[in-house]
Amino acid sequence: MSTKLKSTGQEPALQGLDRRSFLRISGLAGGGLILGFYANKAFGADAVVGQPSEPTIGDFSPNVFLRISADGTVTIVSHKPEMGQGVMTSIPMILAEELDADWASVKLDVGKANSAFGSQLSGGSTSVASNYAQMRQIGATARAMLVTAAAQTWNVPEAELTTSAGSVLHAPSVRKASYGSLVEKAKTLPVPAAGAVRLKDPKDFKLIGTRVTGYQNADIVTGKPLFGIDQKTPGMLYAVYERCPTFGGTAVSANLDKIKTLPGVKDAFIIPGTANLTGLVSGVAIVADSTWNAINARRQLEVQWNAGTHASDNSAEYIKQAAEMGAKPDGMSVVRNDGDAVAALASAAKVVEANYSYPFISHACMEPMNALAHVQADRAEIWAGVQDPRSPSGVVANTTGLQAANVKVNGARMGGGFGRRWVGGYVAEAAAISQKMGAPVKLTWTREDDLQHDEYRPGGFHHLKGGLDATGKLIAWQNHFVGYGTMGQGRGGGAPSLQAVGQGGVNGGGFPAGMVPNFRVVQSLVDCRIPTGPWRCPGESALAFPLQGFVDELAHAAGKDPLQFKLDLLASAPPPPPPADPAAGGRGGRGGFGGPNVGRLRGVLELAAEKAGWGKRFERGQGAGIAFHTAMQGYVAYVVEVTVSRAGELKIDRVVAAVDVGRQIVNLSGAEAQVQGCIIDGIGVAMYQEHVIEGGAMARGNYAAYQMIRMPQAPAKIEIHFLKSDNNPTGLGEPPIPPIAPALANAIFAATGKRLRDFPFSKTNLSWS
Amino acid sequence: MSQYTLNVNGQSRSVDVAPETPLLWVLRDSLDLVGTKFGCGIGQCGACTVHLNGTPTRGCITPISAVGSQRVTTIEGLAANPAQLHPLQQAWIEQDVPQCGYCQAGQIMTAAALLRDKPQPTDADIDSAMAGNLCRCATYVRIRSGIHRAAELAAANGGAR
Repeated sequence: MSTKLKSTGQEPALQGLDRRSFLRISGLAGGGLILGFYANKAFGADAVVGQPSEPTIGDFSPNVFLRISADGTVTIVSHKPEMGQGVMTSIPMILAEELDADWASVKLDVGKANSAFGSQLSGGSTSVASNYAQMRQIGATARAMLVTAAAQTWNVPEAELTTSAGSVLHAPSVRKASYGSLVEKAKTLPVPAAGAVRLKDPKDFKLIGTRVTGYQNADIVTGKPLFGIDQKTPGMLYAVYERCPTFGGTAVSANLDKIKTLPGVKDAFIIPGTANLTGLVSGVAIVADSTWNAINARRQLEVQWNAGTHASDNSAEYIKQAAEMGAKPDGMSVVRNDGDAVAALASAAKVVEANYSYPFISHACMEPMNALAHVQADRAEIWAGVQDPRSPSGVVANTTGLQAANVKVNGARMGGGFGRRWVGGYVAEAAAISQKMGAPVKLTWTREDDLQHDEYRPGGFHHLKGGLDATGKLIAWQNHFVGYGTMGQGRGGGAPSLQAVGQGGVNGGGFPAGMVPNFRVVQSLVDCRIPTGPWRCPGESALAFPLQGFVDELAHAAGKDPLQFKLDLLASAPPPPPPADPAAGGRGGRGGFGGPNVGRLRGVLELAAEKAGWGKRFERGQGAGIAFHTAMQGYVAYVVEVTVSRAGELKIDRVVAAVDVGRQIVNLSGAEAQVQGCIIDGIGVAMYQEHVIEGGAMARGNYAAYQMIRMPQAPAKIEIHFLKSDNNPTGLGEPPIPPIAPALANAIFAATGKRLRDFPFSKTNLSWS
Repeated sequence: MSQYTLNVNGQSRSVDVAPETPLLWVLRDSLDLVGTKFGCGIGQCGACTVHLNGTPTRGCITPISAVGSQRVTTIEGLAANPAQLHPLQQAWIEQDVPQCGYCQAGQIMTAAALLRDKPQPTDADIDSAMAGNLCRCATYVRIRSGIHRAAELAAANGGAR
């Protein structure tokens, strides 16, 4: 329900706000100024903003992003849930900039769920893109009213007034009024029309673009109860939930009588569950007086399961099936077909053929899934870390039969999200258990639950063929992509579609589509019953690896420098818009919406190469790789430099990043952190992460078996360069993920001559002689 | 159930729990000290790191019956007083180390022992000491720089505690 603003010029256009929003003020009990901004008229154009309410999902509960109290306290609502991507801090910064508030004294109001805030989803790297113009407008409007209040109070022209750090200044008379002192006057003023409010010239920004540290840093480092797992309420019980190891299986019976006799156990029962693999699945709940007593009792739980129809599935068989499918020229659907790739390959001077693959992987958030639910006869209250604070009301309503409007949600900081906390089957479980107990219950997943019952990033397989002419020009490209998913069932039982495999599908718009005259992409699906879901930069996070790896192979086959080969491709033709494909979904899209911008791709590629000193000579066992990609409207290129010992020990010496997310970085510290984190996360995925499916279940249940990257494997040096292109600012939590894996693979090839085509790279012996 | 009297952050605290109950869950559920985090339950991720007599210890695999009279220090008790944060806490805030923040208490507790033993650690010292602490957001670059910064702060204040 967010107000989407499209920019047409140098600065984000704000005309949309005139039509789609209104501003209204009203008094606070404490004499404060509330500036209400409604993202959408549907929430009640005639409503008057009153006391800040405890918002309730589904109610019309008008709320506001900004409050200024008579004591000068500026409170900004931080409406986007924080999972490490920095939005708690960065989005309010935008408002504070235009308000000229003193950031050090700004208070943030966090953890509220309310329809008045518009979309509260943290996901798809959309927060900056969809809030930048809004937040500026709110801040600028409040500032304008405070200036007017000062002008009237002092009887001076507004033009003689300036603002700084929470005060209005009148230089000619050397007078200064704090915002707090102007509240009484300001709240009596009419709200100026959006078009009448001047935004700052970005060159005058004092806060935006600087390094601002996370608002909750001090609470984090002193152990304050910020996270979902830290929440409590009086009378709370503690639960664990045993799910069928095989996906889609159901609980038939269990030794519940014995479990109920164990120390601290209050109750144990079977929940029938639903067929939704990412919703409330069948299982056995154990409720106790402490987390440990619940976990400990579970060790003695014996369940008879109906394992379902996929109990003999295993990942080795999936891979075999995928390879067989991929080897065939035709897939289940044709994604894109330009020219005649088959004929061009037949006549090509040189044909390169390769298979690429990647396994299922987990989100593995450090904070295991959890939720605290208190379901009563006519209402429910939820405390949970969720990427969309408004989603649990529907989930709980479906589970309990309550009205969504009677479900109150208290958001919490998330110990990682990465797409895992998008919907929240864990909230449904907590609600179902609380309803049965008639008491508040905190459900805690163990790490084994988390790794073995995730909404996995689906694996994939690519059979790629490329044809070069006698001059080394790429004239044909063919890709048979085979994804893994539940045929005809997307996440949560979506519409039947080949694309509905946890955003694992390909679309026809991505590089190098449109740059190769004979281009054919088909796709197929291995039908398996593994729950899948969005994983940081869905789809794209895996796809860049085969695409950018194979292009590197083609460059070497053509005897060309990989950078030059890629630049030549980009120069060959601007790609036409991707074909309309509603099933592909809008979020993941290559470059977001409308296909990639070739100029921006070239920009980051050239910048990364320049900053890294691309083309320099390396000793044997050392080398550099380059790759680029676009996703979520962000453009990222890397040069990775590695050293591989003769024994095969890999050291990542340096990563040079070039990043284009538009003309303005909001929080330089947070932005760099996202790039750093994505680089290391992406390296960890490429190097180590792999789920193995045996007997229809995930075989690896904890970090001892499911390997994640650790500090010694992190690159020695990361250099980040932002390319400020003339585009609206967009998000950075995901776009830096996709190109790091192929850049690393290409660097390892340069150093050793070994071409890596399968995640995880750690399974390949990199020794050379 | 058994009675245990613990020394937690300099205070005497009594709990009545089963002997095998991990220290982690005693801290979190019985004593409401939730800064120590549950991550894996098998000592692999380090989110539950606390100090026993100053030694970094995995709370999730330390039964309460093994704690005895040892001094338990958690993230809540790392700073001498709230107004004077530990140099690592100061550095973490200043250098904006946390992303999601969930693992950071464990990271800081491990790093505190490192700095006490090696007041001026090298990158290699840090990598070695911190290898047992996972960070899913992969803040490793900033954890390294945060430890170096804390070492500077501690040196300026006359050495880490």
